[in-house]
Amino acid sequence: MNRLTTTAIATLMALGLAPAAQAEIKIGATLSATGPASFLGDPEAKTLEMLVEEVNAAGGINGEMLELVMYDDGGDPNKARTFATRLVEDDEVAAIIGGTTTGTTMSIIPVAEDAEIPFISLAGAVDIIDPVKAWVFKTPHTDRMACQKIFEDMQKRGVTKIGMISGTDGFGASMQAQCKGVVGDYGIEIVADETYDPKDADMTPQLTNIKNTAGIQAVLNPGFGQGPSIVTRNYKQLAVGLPLYQSHGVASKGFIDLAGVEAAEGVRLPAAALLVADILPDSDPQKAVVTAYRDGFEKKTGTPVSTFGGHAYDAFMILKGALEKAGGEPAAIRDAIEGTTGYVGTGGIVNMTAEDHLGLDLTAFKMLEIKNGDWTIVE
Amino acid sequence: MSELLQFLFSGVTVGAVYALVALGFTIIYNASDVVNFAQGEFVMLGGMATVFAHAAGLPLPLAALVAIVGTAAVGVALNRLAIEPARGAPVVSLIIITIGASIFIRGAAQLVFDKQIHTFPAFSGDDPIRILGATILPQSLWVIAGAVLVFVALWLFFTRTLLGRAVLATSNNRLAAQLVGINTNFVMTLSFALSAGIGALAGVLVTPITLTSYDVGLTLALKGFAAAMLGGMGNPKGALAGGLLLGLLEAMTAGYLSSQYKDAAAFVVILAVLFLMPQGLFGRKSTDRV
Repeated sequence: MNRLTTTAIATLMALGLAPAAQAEIKIGATLSATGPASFLGDPEAKTLEMLVEEVNAAGGINGEMLELVMYDDGGDPNKARTFATRLVEDDEVAAIIGGTTTGTTMSIIPVAEDAEIPFISLAGAVDIIDPVKAWVFKTPHTDRMACQKIFEDMQKRGVTKIGMISGTDGFGASMQAQCKGVVGDYGIEIVADETYDPKDADMTPQLTNIKNTAGIQAVLNPGFGQGPSIVTRNYKQLAVGLPLYQSHGVASKGFIDLAGVEAAEGVRLPAAALLVADILPDSDPQKAVVTAYRDGFEKKTGTPVSTFGGHAYDAFMILKGALEKAGGEPAAIRDAIEGTTGYVGTGGIVNMTAEDHLGLDLTAFKMLEIKNGDWTIVE
Repeated sequence: MSELLQFLFSGVTVGAVYALVALGFTIIYNASDVVNFAQGEFVMLGGMATVFAHAAGLPLPLAALVAIVGTAAVGVALNRLAIEPARGAPVVSLIIITIGASIFIRGAAQLVFDKQIHTFPAFSGDDPIRILGATILPQSLWVIAGAVLVFVALWLFFTRTLLGRAVLATSNNRLAAQLVGINTNFVMTLSFALSAGIGALAGVLVTPITLTSYDVGLTLALKGFAAAMLGGMGNPKGALAGGLLLGLLEAMTAGYLSSQYKDAAAFVVILAVLFLMPQGLFGRKSTDRV
């Protein structure tokens, strides 16, 4: 404990960031800054570092400086559990942010629950907060919400019969299951259900079968990585000619480049406001928040902003709000986090309750359509 | 009818990709009996280096050439730095060395290039060619032509040239080959350079279809390896036939049975073939003199 603190202080002093002598609030984080999930964890870690620096430069929270104790679990749930235990027992943190992936989050949950330390996860799965656990919260929207947003849009267009082509990776399989669970609520029927391996080079057989299914009106592709780009290209190659919906998993400029401007034309997908900061109307309550975070992050790191860093931003700001209200006692912090209402973040407007530890509704997603190689917001 | 044709086109496209990767295995295997598990990494390097050279301003053909030559150099370096120092070791150890090399190259590619997915424009545009209601992309024809060309070149090399026979002789008995005046060190260097070059060429041709990133090598190598085993390891004809057969099997299963069991069905057929013909469809029978 002593040695750790000394090391931490020595490191901070070496960086020229010597903290004020006393009165500190410790925040713990275990993120996957390296390893297979590093594209998620890396912007999260950078965001937390940036925000803690900002808060301390502005005089801390109620005069108390923040200390961030951050570990890199490399995406390994075993390590995440070890680090969470260390955060609780050795570092004695007031709250934990982290769990970049659903896997690491699930292994941190029992530690946080047992030690009664508030824990805000940055991972996607709905299982994290459903059923509700007293000490566990999360900031990213769920894939179930993405399904609901897509089906809502299909319903508006009068679509009743759809085909699905899903990746067999974790993301695709989970979203496929969630979509099947809620599709009935929108009077929509899945009449063709195909899958592909995330590394496949050609999906024309699956799409041919979907195209030839009678009565199909639209196609949905839950997937992540390169698969959806190839599906979009094959979709154009076969001239399917029906509305194509992609998931929030590919909501980045890279998707349009990989699929090709021509093939991506008219594709719709749900995405967080952060991605389209520039084209949000000025009346949008999130406009100021997402623009400020994006500019700050891009200036500090020189890399483009991603929604994942935004999840860390929201987690930190919710925790900061709770610390301002409640001070450094874990139980009081927990109650304050649960009492968060009207927080405007990068992921949406958060209203937590005792039954809802996510606090987002469908307005958290914007429905986007790709036109001429760029995003437009569908009203 | 147009359905069947579309499945065929899909199968041939994917199959040609597998065949190109499988062809890369043959030379090193013929020279040293080593299955080079870094072959997929050569394919990845070909694609990634072309992407970055193209992005740096080189025209696409020149970028592709730079990538192929550069990858061939990596192949030579792999032989010099990792395979040659372990020359006396059994084949299994050498194979394990190539697995280590593939992990190393993948890690290095993450640092030298990046972790994003990339592509570059198809050589002859993206407008599909329509035949009887089915479609095929022009790039698929490039891949198929590339696979056939490499196959013919390899077949001529191994059967019609002295150098090709020297490679086969080195594989059969290194000491005897040396005794009849074959420079076996040169043969090994050459075979690694050629294998890496063919891998890189495959990477250049398939990237507009499969896209590329630092980690595509593993899957491609596995599928290519399966194709080579199915056709008969070391035989260019086997690599070509095995690749196309594997691609067609996958496409037909996805089209007519279920996309869920696509990979499983392909591997069941491979197992069945290897059970009945352990050398693969076109493999040479090995006879050991006692």
